[in-house]
Amino acid sequence: MKILVPLKRVIDYHVRIKVKADGSGIDTNQVKMSINPFDEIAIEAAVQLKEQGIAHSIVLVSIGEDACQESLRAGLALGADCAIHIKTNSPLSPFVVASLLKEVVEREKPDCVIAGKQAIDGDHNQVGQMLAGLLNWPQATFASAILVKQNNPRVFEVTREVDGGSTTIEIDLPAVITTDLRLNIPRYATLPELMKAKHKPLTVLMPDEFSVKITPHIERLSVRTPAARKKGVRLKTVAELVDVLKHTEGLL
Amino acid sequence: MSVLLLAEHNNQHLSTSMENCLGAAQQITNTVDILVAGYQCGAVAKEASELPVRQVLVADNLCYEYGFAENTAPLIATLAKPYSHIMAPASTFGKDIIPRLGALLGVGVLSDVITILDERTIERPIYAGNAIETVKSHDPIILMTIRPTAFQSACKSTQPAEIIPIDTVIEASGVHFCSHSATTSKRPELSSAQVVVCGGRGLKSKEQFALAFELADSLGAALGATRAAVDAGFVPNDYQVGQTGKIIAPQLYIGIGISGAIQHIAGIKDSKIIIAINHDENAPIFDVADYGLLADLFTAVPELIQLLRDKGEKSC
Repeated sequence: MKILVPLKRVIDYHVRIKVKADGSGIDTNQVKMSINPFDEIAIEAAVQLKEQGIAHSIVLVSIGEDACQESLRAGLALGADCAIHIKTNSPLSPFVVASLLKEVVEREKPDCVIAGKQAIDGDHNQVGQMLAGLLNWPQATFASAILVKQNNPRVFEVTREVDGGSTTIEIDLPAVITTDLRLNIPRYATLPELMKAKHKPLTVLMPDEFSVKITPHIERLSVRTPAARKKGVRLKTVAELVDVLKHTEGLL
Repeated sequence: MSVLLLAEHNNQHLSTSMENCLGAAQQITNTVDILVAGYQCGAVAKEASELPVRQVLVADNLCYEYGFAENTAPLIATLAKPYSHIMAPASTFGKDIIPRLGALLGVGVLSDVITILDERTIERPIYAGNAIETVKSHDPIILMTIRPTAFQSACKSTQPAEIIPIDTVIEASGVHFCSHSATTSKRPELSSAQVVVCGGRGLKSKEQFALAFELADSLGAALGATRAAVDAGFVPNDYQVGQTGKIIAPQLYIGIGISGAIQHIAGIKDSKIIIAINHDENAPIFDVADYGLLADLFTAVPELIQLLRDKGEKSC
């Protein structure tokens, strides 16, 4: 079984982001970048399937500027076998990303795509579902557990985290799975794996090698910092708190 | 212009978030239809017909019982043509289906809409709510998921809307339902509660987390938790409040033993009043709290519960 894992390079989640003064976007200059955390979980899920003898190869794909190759190497060091970089400096909408990934899937013919449920920059939560729709494959979004059916390795039993509980479904491969936080805890790459990753195959493709029309159908007009809450009041005692709730706010 | 709103429901009741989604739709047009796709969902259709909508489209068939994206998205695609906009709540339900619909229609999706500026232009949070982007869609049909807490709910209608059955049957191929485990609670539902008590890792253990339950019950509040508390196993994951959990906007939020990680704050910052009880004066939650009580929660919270009880007895 072959698994494809899309990967996005994003501002590291520990970084406190800054909106650019001209409101055109977020300042990424001199900022630590990392693999999107949900994508790391997707890589870990694929690697675990490989360790269980279910998957035989893992292909990573990333779309973006040259620096994506660093992230792809980091992903290879976690246990993926080869990587594809689609090189572009244009910001792409989730729909365009999904359309490019669809063509990657048609070339690579994986049995399963495991993707992060969302990237922590745009927070769209769309690409996996769109890819599944474009391919007409079943989808299992927000996965918190993936089990392979004992009697049929072409069927995955996936537990999905949904509002108010969890739902378990079975999906037939080929399928798209998107990962939620509790699916696993990604491993760290070891030094020998990091060294080995340098020599794993990485193919660079240009967007014009695809038939996807890249249009700015969703246009970002501006970005702003959210309105700050007004400065709060420090209270000293619980009695004061009850008094404020009751009299100042009229809540109790 | 006209909007098709996808109903979220459990085949018995319409989700209360639909009233807020309708409120959002009405900012664009008063011509709104609701689609109820489900199985034996007549009661839901009736509830929907009591909202101020033009029509309620009802696809009532066994194949729609579980709200799978694999057949709900193509069903909506068959109905999409007359509409300028298609909307759904930005819940796990809406987020599962609407992007797949986008793929079928060849258009993008505006996720987590918090402000509608005009029929093509909206605001939405990015970076876990640490920035807000203004986005314009140039697509021929505009797909949105609506963050319900950001919109006022629409009023009930005086005249029931017409209910129109939809006979289209699309099987969900390649996906099968196994089981659902719902977290049942006597407390109000987290995403729509007026008062919410949230507990963090400061409560230290599953046993001591009972204090948060006790405070919630003395206020008739819903109970939530931070991701740290969920990961520590204090409560199940559907209690999680934050960017990756539930986004809430109650009248009153009380956070106990919560430091205030960015991702938790993103889920609570639209609350009307935020109260924080924490012993660490540098806890970031104090930056967003309207009232901060610097205290050991293990003495302050029982005292608060006692005072609330005394007050309750006096008013009886």
